[in-house]
Order: sequence, then C-alpha cells, then structure tokens
Amino acid sequence: MSTDTVIQPPRRRLRDRLPVVHQLRQSVGLQRGMLVAGLVLTGLFVLVAIFAPLIAPFGFAQLRDLEGPFGSQQPPSADHLFGTTVGGYDVLSRVLWGAQTALYVIVIAVILSLFAGVLLGLVSGYFGGWLDRVLVVVCDAIYAFPSLLLAIVMAIVISGGQSNLWGGVFAAAISITVVFIPQYFRVIRAETVRIKAEAYVESAKVLGASNGRVMFRHVLRNATRTLPLIFTLNASEAILTLAGLGFLGFGIEPTAAAEWGYDLNKALSDVSSGIWWTALYPGLAIVLVVLGITLVGESLNDLADPRLRGRRRVAQASGTVAETSVVPGGTLTAGPGGLGGLEDGESFDEHGIGVRS
Amino acid sequence: MSTVVNIERLGVSFATDAGAVKAVDDVSLKVERGEVLAIVGESGSGKTVTAKTILGLLPETATTNGAVILSNKAGTSESDVISLSKKQLRAVRGTDVAMVFQEPSSALNPVYTVGWQIIEGLRAHTSISTKDARAKAIEILGRVGIPDPEHRVDHYPHQFSGGQKQRIVIAMALVLDPGLIVADEPTTALDVTVQAEILDLLRRCRDEFGMGIVLITHNMGVVADLADRVAVMYQGKVVEEADAKTLFASPKADYTKALLAAVPYVGTGTASAIERAAKRPADWLEQAPVVEASGLEIVYPGRFGKPGFQAVGGVDFVIRPGEVLGLVGESGSGKTTIGRAIAGLTKVTGGSLRVLGHEMNGVREREFRPLRSRIGFVFQDPASSFNPLLTIAECVAEPLVIHGRASNPAAARKRVDELLEAVQLPKAYGDRYPHELSGGQRQRASLARSLALEPELLIADEPTSALDVSVQARVLELFAELQREFGFASLFISHDLAVVDILADRIAVLYRGSLVEEGTGAEVLGAPKDPYTQRLLASLPVPDPVAQAERREELRRLREAV
Repeated sequence: MSTDTVIQPPRRRLRDRLPVVHQLRQSVGLQRGMLVAGLVLTGLFVLVAIFAPLIAPFGFAQLRDLEGPFGSQQPPSADHLFGTTVGGYDVLSRVLWGAQTALYVIVIAVILSLFAGVLLGLVSGYFGGWLDRVLVVVCDAIYAFPSLLLAIVMAIVISGGQSNLWGGVFAAAISITVVFIPQYFRVIRAETVRIKAEAYVESAKVLGASNGRVMFRHVLRNATRTLPLIFTLNASEAILTLAGLGFLGFGIEPTAAAEWGYDLNKALSDVSSGIWWTALYPGLAIVLVVLGITLVGESLNDLADPRLRGRRRVAQASGTVAETSVVPGGTLTAGPGGLGGLEDGESFDEHGIGVRS
Repeated sequence: MSTVVNIERLGVSFATDAGAVKAVDDVSLKVERGEVLAIVGESGSGKTVTAKTILGLLPETATTNGAVILSNKAGTSESDVISLSKKQLRAVRGTDVAMVFQEPSSALNPVYTVGWQIIEGLRAHTSISTKDARAKAIEILGRVGIPDPEHRVDHYPHQFSGGQKQRIVIAMALVLDPGLIVADEPTTALDVTVQAEILDLLRRCRDEFGMGIVLITHNMGVVADLADRVAVMYQGKVVEEADAKTLFASPKADYTKALLAAVPYVGTGTASAIERAAKRPADWLEQAPVVEASGLEIVYPGRFGKPGFQAVGGVDFVIRPGEVLGLVGESGSGKTTIGRAIAGLTKVTGGSLRVLGHEMNGVREREFRPLRSRIGFVFQDPASSFNPLLTIAECVAEPLVIHGRASNPAAARKRVDELLEAVQLPKAYGDRYPHELSGGQRQRASLARSLALEPELLIADEPTSALDVSVQARVLELFAELQREFGFASLFISHDLAVVDILADRIAVLYRGSLVEEGTGAEVLGAPKDPYTQRLLASLPVPDPVAQAERREELRRLREAV
C-alpha cells in the first residue's frame, strides 16, 4: 500500500478560507442578493464612519461658519443638503459623524461581550458543577430584565447619564455588553457541553491532556462556529440600543459627539410642525445600518446550514459518481464516501472528495 | 406473479457545493410480488438513493431521469413515481409502497401512542371510522408479534424494546396492505438476536401478505438469510444481479467476489490463536497481568432519590501481556463501560480493577495521568474521534506533545511519519484534514495515534463497526499485524462474534452486565456452554443461503427449548 502514489490536495486558496468571502462565493440566487445588499450597506456604513471627518461638510457640533450662524430648522438647501436641526446643527454632518460614534460603540461592545461571554461560557460548560449553575442563573436573571432598562441603569451607574465622547461611548458600550454577555455565554456553553461529549475530546482526555489544553485546543476552536452570526445580529442590536439610549436622553452630549438617537429625540417636536428633515435622515441612517448588518447575519446563518443553502440545479443526471471504497482498505484517492459526506456542510470542500466533474 | 415495481434506466444526480454528483447511474431493477430483492453495496454506492426514489423521497437538490413504474397490489393501475405530483405521491405512499426505516427509535414519534401513529396512516388514506381503525391497528400489532396488542396499542414508543419498535414500524408499513415494502437497513441498529426475529417477521410479510420487499443492506449474512434475488451496487451502477443461491455460490463480477471474500466468518481465527499461544514463553501465565478485574462493579448514579443503574456487576477477567481479549455482547451489556473504566473515563464503584498495577477503584485523575501514556484507545467512530480543525499529523502528534516527547507537532513529525507508515498510510496524508480521508483511512490514523507512545495496553471499542465490510477486513488485518509487531495487550470490544474471532486469543461474552462465558475462541465459539452464547451464535447469519437455512432451523429449535 505504501507504494501508492499520493495526489496531494492543493491547499484551499485564501479567498475560500476567509469567512465572509467564502460564503459570498458559495451563495446563489436570492441568498446571494441578500448577502450582497447587506455587505454593501455595511461596507458603506464602515467607510462613512472612517472617513466622516473628510466627507462631512461641517463639524458635528458646528453652529456657524464664516458667513454666520446656520440658523435653526432651515429646510434643505444648497448650503445644507439635509437642512438644519432645532439646535442649529447641520443634519447631514450630524448623520455622517453619527456613523463614527455608532461604529465605536459596536466595536467596543461586541469585543467586550465576546471575550467575557466566550470565556465564561467555555469554563462554565466544560467544568459544569456549581459554577455552571450559578452562571446560568445569573444569565437567566439578566435575560429577565428588559434589555433597554438594564442599559439605562448601567449608563447611569457608569457615567451619571451624560458625558463626553469616550465616556459616553464606553458607557453605552458597557451597558450593551452586560446585555449581550448572556447571549455569547449561552451559545458557547451549549456548544461546549455538546463538544465535551464528542469522541475527539474524550480521546484527548484518554491521552492525558490537561484541562486547559483540551479546552483551548480542542473545544474552543470547534465551539466558535456560530459566533459570526451572533456577532452580526448583536451589532445591529447594539445600534438600536445606543439609539434608544440617546433617544431617552442617556446618550452622549451633542457637543461631544454626533448621535442619531439624540437627534431623533430633539426632532420629536419638529414632526408635528411639518419639519420632516430633522427626523427622517437620522432615522433612515439607523434603519439602513441595522438592515445591512441584519441581512449579512441572516444570510450567513442560512449559508452555514447546508439544508437552507440554495444551490444551482444540476443538469439531468450529470456529474460523475463519487468513488467509494472497493479495494480492500479503501481507495487512496477518494475522500469520505457517500452522500452523507457530500451533504455535510462543514466537512466538505472542493477537494474533500474524489469528485471530478 | 406480477411486477410491483419496475425501475428503468434510473439516474439520480445531486447538486452539491462542488457541483453535480451522480449517485445512481443507469440502474434497471424489477421486483415481483412475493419476492425479496436485496440491494447490497457499500456506503455511497447509491443503494439508499435508489430505494428512496421508489417512494419519491429524494431531497430537492436531486434531479432524476429514467422511470420508476409502480403498480398497486391488485395490479390494476400503474404510475411513474418520478413524474407524479406531490399530491399523487402522497396517495401512492402507504397504499402502494411503504418504507421501513433503519433506526426504529427515531422513526416513531415519542409523544403519540403507537396506536395513534398507526391509525394516522390509516385515516390519511381511507375514510375509516376511529373505532374500526383502532380495531385494525390492534389486529396488525398482533400479526407482527406484539404480545397483548389490545393493551399495548395505547403505549408510547419508549415503553417498547428496540426490536418491538422495529416491529411496530413494520406494522405501520403493513397496515394499508401495500404491494411493496422498502426496508432500508431494517436490522442495522438492532442486536443479532433481535435481528434474527425481525428477519423472520419480514419473511412472514413476504409469505403471508404476499408482498414484494426491497431490502437495502450491507450485511451479506442478512442477504443470505432473507433475499430471493440480489443486486450488487457499486459506484451507482448495478454490477451484478442474480438469485441469491447463484450469487453466493458463483459470483461473477470481481467486485462481488471481493465483497464476499471480505466478510468475516466465525472460525477463521482459531488457527492463528493457537499459533500465537504456542509462541508464548513458558512463564507467561505467571507474569503480572496488565488488567485484572475481580468482582468489578460499575453503577451509574441515578437522579435524585432514584437508585443508580448497574451497568456491570461482578465481572472477573484478566488480560496478560501481549494477549488480545475479545469482549462480546449486545448493546447495553456493559462492554463499552468496562473499556471506559479501564481507560479511566468511567468511575469504578465496586470490586477491584487493577490496570498496569494500579487500583482503579477510587483512583484520582492526577495519579492516573502518568499511566495514560501506557494505554492506547481506539474509538468506535473514526469520523468524530479526530478534531476536525487539526491535520492528521497534528492529531497523531497530540500524545507525543502531551507526554513531553516532542515540544510541538512539527518536532514530532518524523515519528508521526513513521507511525503513518506503520499503519500503511502515505506520509503525505499527515497534511490532510480528517474529513479528507475515508472512514477506513481515518480508523488507521486513529490506530497510529493510539500506538504513538507504544502502549502496553490498547483498548479498541468497536473499531470497525462504522466501516464497510471490505474496509473492515483491511483494518482487522492491520490490527493483527500491528499487534504482532508491537506486542501490546488488548481489549477488543465488539458486538460481532466473527470480528472478535479473527483477532482474539480469548473471548469473553457479556450479558446484562455479567460475564456468562469466557475461554479461547475454539471453546466459546466451537462448543458454547451457556444458552445465551448458543443463541447469540445461532442468531449470527452466515453469508451462505444454504447453510443459513440450516442455522435458521437450529435457532428455532434453540428458541423453543428456552
């Protein structure tokens, strides 16, 4: 047998291994459309956030330029494309700068909750026992609170309600983190409990691997598959929570940073008096960003599941038959035989099976 | 005789992420009334896809061509399953063709009584009153051999044993009196003794109900027992079709010959066991045993207030250096529990179990860890015993890294390459991921990993039960070779007597947590003393229709004697 020649499967190209790019190449039809739309919206949001200082015509707290004050509640004009607010700010600039604040909050909130939630979930699921019970009860208790109420309480505790840019961003981010930790905790814990019973974890234990090694080398990496999904879905929820905080007046001072929720709050009285531009644009920004990120998340979710993933129909009885093991000991060129092997999304890629079509 | 189903030039392709894959290629088959057609082949040969096409059960990713002409039992109407609409398919399923699934416990809905589930099928197709339907359900349960059907009809699936559940699934298939039953591996999930009963029942379906049966299986013994005609499938094609006696007596296709040659027979291992015994040093019996169990007891704790479940009770056995002990038993007999206890994965609750000189009753993980380098473990399912994110080389290097023989997987690569060569895998396979290997290759890599530290004891828990016959034969051969070469002692756990016979020096038969018989292969399999062993041996179908018919008589005699 050892004289058999071996065809070394080529390594998967980088573009097939990157998480989102791989899914994009894999998708077809409506799912691809959803994913592309989501990616475009999200990409636009990130670009605007990064280049806000260059794109925005004015600063977020600017009330006047060389020609004098902007004036309050001005309708859209050549000078102010989206008009001005009741406080005399330029709506377009506030909307663009608001993207930056939103991005800060998302990144900080998601990173904080990701680390804390994943670590707690891993330890809790792996060791079990009383620690697991206590953590599960605490997380259930957090679930029992309305998340916005909890975020408000946290915002008050952390910053006394109002503050400067970073204070406000962190207050918002941490309050969102507290709400999100249980979600990551739950997902990672459930995965860990499942993986703990897998044969490869037992086999590592039989070999005498330490708990830390089993946890980080064998369990953690296999438990993180669903994270990109919660990650994107949480990001959109983070924006909504931030906007909610700002709308209720627990956000960031208008002079410290631009914030969509705050602007919406201030536009409340305008709506009844026919001033539509102060509410429309910040609201539209929130809707588009949330929509974009949610679309990405939902399509990733569908694409990760081979049963939900759409495929192109194949021609009548085309393709070649996958090789199954016939030669005693199995053919050396074939991958895992059978349709079970083919349909199993994770364990399958272009070179996994001896299919030559 | 009239034809119940006529498959003509069937082709099925699936859309997958890697493009089109053809599962069935130009297959033509026919089943007559009162005939059992067995479709045999290895996993991936397209046998299940062919069967599912008959019921129109293929997933949406499939495209089919050709024709599957299905007649009803009376032979009055014909329909081509492939071109039927969903509504028409529903009408055909159950009345003209029914299916018996592999896993009876998942084919029944746990929240409804079995009676309800049978009646549901009846009422979906006929406008029968609830009362009549119930009477019919009771009648059919009686006919498939469920005792006390008037009472049992209101029981839930979990109140039945595995074999009884499969009987109920068959009853559900029979109740509408279809002309054809498609049985997809109907006995694979069952123990041998139960398997024999289910095969008897299927035989009665054919004789008493006059049905055509399509039997999908990979077990040549089952084929020999039940089939009238056999179609051998390989890579989506039918390579040979003949009546059962002709096929077993004079197979024509090379593939069929290879397949039949790979089937393990009871009695093949006796000679090699004697040979090994002769080579042992004179003082072998006095050497300290590797594993010694006396009065071993393992109880799984029960939930609050409930007594625990005793998995193993009062078992005595020894494994001496370089000896292979085969542990045989049905599911739930405690054989895996014993293997796990020796590896320190399950707590010993009573008696004494000494492994490599250490008492396992009350052992602490910290004390036991150094010992782990001297014990190897091969798991049942090669697909799940490798971390999917590590390459084969990294997986095989794990034990070396953990026990400090190498600082990282790369440093261990030379030794890993040697090990891969030892299990006859090309070195380059080390860079592959587990899913890029076939089942047999993975199980060989698993052997390499367990042998990395040259253990004195190897525990193999059903290492070949997830593999196809031909692959199994190769892995068993390799195991015997490695055992000769490395000289480790081994506990070889299996439910298959023929597999154990090939490898083991001594065989221990476990029944409901206690040891009923122990001895050399010749003793236990040649002249079994315990009635359970006798029944187990007689239930094992042999891949020879003529011999199997005699064994069936023998088994009937044994059963009546009990």
